[in-house]
Amino acid sequence: MAQKPAPQPAPQSVLSNILAQVMAKFKVVAKAESDRRAFIQVDKSQIVQVAEFLKSLGYDHVKSVTGIDYPDTKEFEVVYHISSYSNLELAKTIIALKTRTKYSDPKVPSLYSVWESAYLGERETYEMLGIIFEGHPNLSRLFLPEDFEGVYPLRKSYKLKTEGLYVDKSA
Amino acid sequence: MTSQLEFSASGLEVEIIPVEGELNVGPQHPGSGHMRIYVKLDGDIIVDAKIDPGYVHRGVEKLSEYRTYMKIIPLVERPAILDSIHMNLGYIMAVEKILGVDVPERAQYLRTLAAEVNRIASHLYGLGIWAIFLGHSTGYMWGFGDREVWLEILQALTGARVTNSYIIPGGVRRDLTPAIKEMVEKAIAYQRRKLQDWYKIFVNNPNIRARLENVGVMSRENAIKWGAVGPNLRASGVYYDVRKIEPYAAYDKVDFEIPVYKEGDAYARLLVRFAEIEQSMRILEQVIKNIPEGNILSDRFFKQIPPTRLKKWWEGQRRIVFPGYYASFRPPKGEAISRVEAGRGELVYYVISDGSANPYRLRMITPSYRTIYVFEQIVKGSRYADLPAIYGSLDYFPPEADR
Repeated sequence: MAQKPAPQPAPQSVLSNILAQVMAKFKVVAKAESDRRAFIQVDKSQIVQVAEFLKSLGYDHVKSVTGIDYPDTKEFEVVYHISSYSNLELAKTIIALKTRTKYSDPKVPSLYSVWESAYLGERETYEMLGIIFEGHPNLSRLFLPEDFEGVYPLRKSYKLKTEGLYVDKSA
Repeated sequence: MTSQLEFSASGLEVEIIPVEGELNVGPQHPGSGHMRIYVKLDGDIIVDAKIDPGYVHRGVEKLSEYRTYMKIIPLVERPAILDSIHMNLGYIMAVEKILGVDVPERAQYLRTLAAEVNRIASHLYGLGIWAIFLGHSTGYMWGFGDREVWLEILQALTGARVTNSYIIPGGVRRDLTPAIKEMVEKAIAYQRRKLQDWYKIFVNNPNIRARLENVGVMSRENAIKWGAVGPNLRASGVYYDVRKIEPYAAYDKVDFEIPVYKEGDAYARLLVRFAEIEQSMRILEQVIKNIPEGNILSDRFFKQIPPTRLKKWWEGQRRIVFPGYYASFRPPKGEAISRVEAGRGELVYYVISDGSANPYRLRMITPSYRTIYVFEQIVKGSRYADLPAIYGSLDYFPPEADR
């Protein structure tokens, strides 16, 4: 809960300290949203280096890989939510490592070499949005049937036909 | 291929031919749901395994872009019907973060109560399935039989055995009654007694120990590297439980321990689950004893319920009727990530709101989803005969992974 005060000493200083280190080392936009959440916006050319640096600080696993489609700017955003198992202070925080790429070049470097736990999330994001993760060992079909070739269901251009039971106004 | 001659104890010549091959396990229900394990074998050693999920894919993430926030509650519950309180809770926590809603103390306690009852039920389900994998039919019957006790409580509390849709933005739907308190007390007494039998016939059973000890070992380093979650992670010596790391609901007000085992084998995962059932009952006792009086829905929404309906439902039956606000509320622009400790492990929701009545993007990362990669890695090098034991030990639930 965001509104609940943390009972332990707040890891605020931990998180802002880490963000300061990242900002000093790389050209990134970073901000702590609360004492437990932060985001780091980075250009895709630097994402592997930033990831390696965060890993060296103790962030040891990826919780989720999310691809988001922004048709207005013809861009994809890829968000890695990372945290720690081995460091209890860092475990209280989740950092969203964000990067963007254009429709015309839907490729981002894979973070599998840094965090193996990104394996499935990257594979699913490839399948659902058609974002190619360069360096991923096995970018293949995961959940969808084999004949889904060339269609990316989580792109906004993929419209669902809802049946009559749902009378929601179309967005 | 080279063959070799070996002599068995009786002196007979036995020709052993090393065989490589591939096997499909599934997709017709290899365990607790449809999926396929594509196994590459060398003799009876598993060289490589590929999980082929998707046979129960519901498209939750896409569908949610076409549903209003309230209509997503039943949607996110479907992937894991036997752990639906947690699926419900994690989603609502993310939505509440965007809305900026305070949840009353009593509702927080009720969320903990429902969640722990559901955790016990979910563990018992997993143990039952695992027992039948190992050929232990009694464990199967007992798992499902004992689970019934806890489902009855959920039914009395929420109105449904599974897919309860109990947790709503700002609170919960129904209040606790003295009859339910008594049910919980009785269930705890029963389960404690029954656990002794479980230990005698299942946990300490030499056959079960022989099948599980040193099988499917995951070291601490591998558990962290592969991103394991929940009891599987804690059986590999990692102290990580969202209930302690980032307490939600009423977990910061109850006293409990996180069982951690160092061995990392299937047997350690079994012990963690049993220890967790005991801890959950400890939490339930405290919740029943210490639950504060008060409202179960945030005032912000409670005030919007028409007085005539309040009189009939809240004063008469201690139930919440939905205020009109819920029909199609539009949260402010923003995003939130929430995490809860579901029965099988950490459950993550990432919700992005663009200010409309539907989420712009909803990301649902279930514990079984994160177990897929662990599963592929952990079985490498095991004997094929151990595959069911390892599968059961991970408590992997395909519908939850597919979403």
